[in-house]
Amino acid sequence: MAFEIPKTAYSGKIRQIKLGKGDKAVTVGGETAYPFYLFEGEMPNLPKIAMEVYDMPPEEWPEAALEPFAGVTDDPLAWAQKCINDYGAEMICLQLLSTDPNGLNRPADEAAQVAKKLCDAIDVPLIVWGTANHDKDTEVLRMVAELCQNKSLILGPVEEADHKKIGAAAIGYKHTVVASTPIDINLAKQLNILLGNLGVSDDLLAMDPTVSSIGYGLEYCYSVMERMRMAALTQQDAKLQFPIICNIAKETWKTKEAKITEAEDPKMGDAKKRGILLEAMSATALLLAGADVLIMRHPEAIKLVREMISDLTAK
Amino acid sequence: MALSGIEIFKLLPKTNCGDCGVPTCLAFAMSLAAGKAELSKCPHVSEEAKSKLSEASAPPILPVTIGTGEKTLKIGGETVMFRHEKRFENPPGIAILISDTMDDAEVKARLEKSKSLEYERVGLTLNTNLIALKAESGDAAKFTALVNKVKDGSDANLILISDKADVLAAGLKACADRKPLLYAATKGNIDAMAALAKENGCAVAAKGDGLEELATLTEKLDAAGLKNVVIDSGSRTVKQALEDQIIIRSAALNKKYRPLGYPTIVFPAEMTDNPMKEALIASMFITKYAGIIVLSDFQGESLFPLLVERLNIYTDPQRPLATKQGIYEINNPNENSPLMVTSNFSLTYFIVSGEIENSKVPSWLYVKDTEGLSVMTSWAAGKFSADIIGPAILKSGITDKIKHKKLIIPGYIAAESGGLEEEMPDWEIMVGPREGAHIPGYLKDWKP
Repeated sequence: MAFEIPKTAYSGKIRQIKLGKGDKAVTVGGETAYPFYLFEGEMPNLPKIAMEVYDMPPEEWPEAALEPFAGVTDDPLAWAQKCINDYGAEMICLQLLSTDPNGLNRPADEAAQVAKKLCDAIDVPLIVWGTANHDKDTEVLRMVAELCQNKSLILGPVEEADHKKIGAAAIGYKHTVVASTPIDINLAKQLNILLGNLGVSDDLLAMDPTVSSIGYGLEYCYSVMERMRMAALTQQDAKLQFPIICNIAKETWKTKEAKITEAEDPKMGDAKKRGILLEAMSATALLLAGADVLIMRHPEAIKLVREMISDLTAK
Repeated sequence: MALSGIEIFKLLPKTNCGDCGVPTCLAFAMSLAAGKAELSKCPHVSEEAKSKLSEASAPPILPVTIGTGEKTLKIGGETVMFRHEKRFENPPGIAILISDTMDDAEVKARLEKSKSLEYERVGLTLNTNLIALKAESGDAAKFTALVNKVKDGSDANLILISDKADVLAAGLKACADRKPLLYAATKGNIDAMAALAKENGCAVAAKGDGLEELATLTEKLDAAGLKNVVIDSGSRTVKQALEDQIIIRSAALNKKYRPLGYPTIVFPAEMTDNPMKEALIASMFITKYAGIIVLSDFQGESLFPLLVERLNIYTDPQRPLATKQGIYEINNPNENSPLMVTSNFSLTYFIVSGEIENSKVPSWLYVKDTEGLSVMTSWAAGKFSADIIGPAILKSGITDKIKHKKLIIPGYIAAESGGLEEEMPDWEIMVGPREGAHIPGYLKDWKP
């Protein structure tokens, strides 16, 4: 029997969406095949990596994660500029951790001012991420949306419980919405439908399937993302044909396996390299499952993943 | 060429005797066609039918064993492209490379790493137990010396690497009883390699220059009666290697293309010089279909994440991992330390115990067997309610370890606090946070 390369029968395509505005805007999505199945279809836009910036100095980060940002962690703008100028960030994700009602509980207007300062000063696309507290996120993200109107931010997480108010603000002030659901393909589809009914344009919608790192449930998000891509590409499920954003860095670096030192457990090896690899390997698995945007932290993990993307798509 | 269920049915006795464990011959034929049953289950099938069916009834990706005894490496036997469709069956073997050009100290160090780098997780031991020995010198005596050294110093399963059949034969002679994998039969040496594998009953790897050539090699091995076969498409760029892994699996599963229906072997170190990148490429092969991954070396910082990723990806999606029921001591608790209770879904346990560790507050955690379900799911299913939690804690022996009578329950089962107060007289039931992330804050404010 002669050898014939088997091909998947695709019938759908991932939507192509533009994030940000101006010269530094990026385009993601547009895939016509499973991730990196380039012998079967196209991946017109390479996955992008957004670098994290926090609106308060991080607590309990391992040394390896702090070191690249020494001197800028108390100034979100300087932090963002360092990511762009020193580490070549093509997108920034501002994590509004200080607004957490279980933490500093900083008021919405202060957080919005930080977002405003950042989006005025940088030209790469800006993701603004809340704390997944519905009431607080509604307050914070609505204010961010208004204060940064027409800046084409990417706002998340937008969940079922707060999608109406945040969604409406995003529509009014022309931002992209990241629909966030807890590792479930049906809930993801339902929220996309709800946001569509609300009036969010298909060109301004991305999905966050809720991701976790190696050792903390990677297999769940990995399979949910594979199922999303399967439904989108082979079952013409238009309501799942949106690009996927994965907020993976914070999930990786908070784990004890990323923090434990070599002295505490010699079998775990070098702590810095381990942290970098846990982030980069988790990100690689998510890329292979269908990630279009990865939110990452460590510059060396980012460099490794960028090389992986370029190797996987080499001409 | 694979047969359909109906074609298979025609060759069966059609007596519906049920001796195969399936009520009808037709149902058995369908299972055979789907690769879900083995023909040997039918005691009545004729010899003629057997020979016709043996090919069609074999699983589309043959299971392969390397080594002997309890710790034999079992790979292949995969049935799906995506793990959610059923599950991935046999986790890839991860091998450490030892070359016959390395000095004694290096060989010893690598043997030690192969043995000592193992990790406990959810009651499982994650380890490698696979060593690849490379005849880099090209000298049979040197290679044999290395094989002897490794054989004496380790009971791991072995891979012998050389493209020279005579060198490989010399090494094999020293360890034939360990049933190593021979790597590799190529266009130039296939007859000698096939004979070697056959004589010694060993698994053999075929290495082709591309998939077409690889298929001609495996057809020759098959003709020689060899079934314990592992394949290498020869590609050494990341892009081509991924593509080959996908095509191999898809050809075997979706086209029932026999010549590629074997587990694969990959060499990430031959795709990069950077150990960090090598680890990343290896992680790709864990998700995308490798049967054996040979690493240039083992380091804790890369091996640990790879082993855990392998555990994650090869977890059966229908059977979540569970942690053992019992009392867990975190941060060296004493008799005045707080006591928390949670479910035994492994992720719940990892997150809760990780957050307690993060808090640095010495604590007791009682993990209740909830059949691997999370807090919310087990509570909804009636497996994590007051009448179950209360008696379990009172019987757990924790009362000998703590002086206070205060129990912190997950915020999501706050409704059980009344019931628990009845089940556990004199105890104060405290409702903890709903989310793991809020545990450190809660514990820091907790007073006995």
